[in-house]
Amino acid sequence: MSIEDDTGAVAHVLVVGASASGLTTVEALRRKGYTGRITVLGAEPHAPYDRPPLSKQILSGAWDPDRAALRTEEMLTGLDTEFVYGDPAVGLDTATRTVRTESGRELSADAVVIATGVRPRVLPGQGELTGVHVLRTLDDALALRTDLLAGSRLVVVGEGVLGSEIAATARMLGLDVTLAGPLTGPLALQVGPLVSGLLAELHTERGVRLRLGNGVTGFTSAQGRVSGVELSTGEVLPADVVVVAIGASPATEWLAGSGLELDNGVVCDSRCRAAPGIYAVGDVARWHHEQLGRLIRLENRTNATKQAMAVAGAILGEDRPYEPVPYFWTDQFDAKLQVHGFLPADAEVDLVDGELAARRFVARYRSGGRVTGILGWNMPKQARQRRQEIVDSVPSPAPVPSPAH
Amino acid sequence: MKVVVEEDKCVAAGQCVAAAMDVFDQRDEDGIVVLLDENPPAELADDVRNAAAVCPALAIRIEE
Repeated sequence: MSIEDDTGAVAHVLVVGASASGLTTVEALRRKGYTGRITVLGAEPHAPYDRPPLSKQILSGAWDPDRAALRTEEMLTGLDTEFVYGDPAVGLDTATRTVRTESGRELSADAVVIATGVRPRVLPGQGELTGVHVLRTLDDALALRTDLLAGSRLVVVGEGVLGSEIAATARMLGLDVTLAGPLTGPLALQVGPLVSGLLAELHTERGVRLRLGNGVTGFTSAQGRVSGVELSTGEVLPADVVVVAIGASPATEWLAGSGLELDNGVVCDSRCRAAPGIYAVGDVARWHHEQLGRLIRLENRTNATKQAMAVAGAILGEDRPYEPVPYFWTDQFDAKLQVHGFLPADAEVDLVDGELAARRFVARYRSGGRVTGILGWNMPKQARQRRQEIVDSVPSPAPVPSPAH
Repeated sequence: MKVVVEEDKCVAAGQCVAAAMDVFDQRDEDGIVVLLDENPPAELADDVRNAAAVCPALAIRIEE
């Protein structure tokens, strides 16, 4: 896909999504000298806040909810930007770059930035029961915390990053915690079998009951409140509170009929452009990573920031592909994992620093003869220092310089 | 330019070091940010602002 920009001078930028990526787009525009009008449209009633603390410091109560705010009110005011909260976008006219909102607003801009993120996937029937939660928003986190403080048995459905973090946080709050999901270990898809096995040991030692390797088929309930989670084996895991953390889907329903290509996200070129003057950023964006030679979509905090900076540059005429080395971290009990690049399940894993038994090590992942990823377990600095190995290992130039779209 | 770091917010991502290695480092034992120069020279100002912007934990504050 190659999109010619015909926007000329940009006088109004509309950011749809008052998220980390939306806010960073605004800040980067201002830092780069853009003085025109900016509007930010947020679906939630809150000023932009940070999501990584929701499953950790906010859920545990270590932080007051206010501390998740990304910026003070004074800093937001300094951005000379109109922030509209609590009014979700419901439609986009791509040709005129006009966004319609639930309350009936119509906003047109020279550049529209789609930053609407993702929505948690849910299981059939969960909407009808109290005591079954998802965790995406600040309000979700506070509602879950209230229920955790009142209950004693939590079942987390979903053994990915979010589910495993919630299990660890709840266990540290003293709850009886069971982690269920179809894979063989925590983060099996994200970190591969070796490190997933170590995480399973850690969770077990700290008292999390693992019921992994079976699908979840439904819930049991009493008087409209969840009482358990039913596995495909027929086993029922008793629960006062359930969290469903089985992944998320790009929030693109509002773009139906816009003409934009929607396929597991808003499909973009290497400049994060979906159409002339229309960009996507953060969790919702699926863009062409030139070095990798394929479309990718990342759901992580660092990408929200870096992609927003790239999009701000693209709006102002910088012509550079966005091709980051992905990075995420996760904190579970006393384990701090740092992941650079990609860790395919079938990769060869070498220990390159530290010791597995000491739970302080750096592992290098190789696939197809290339270093694709580096994982640090309680060795953040040493892991970061090896990030360059991933960059150096990327074939250059890309084998197919201009992919057909 | 004065730089302030909040160690208790830092998540040890090391993005700041990549952005401005003359101003930021990480502790060997836990990766937490180490501020090498709290009054960096003007020629590093852009790099330092960039470091603050890419910090995923909002642990770097700049007082101009």
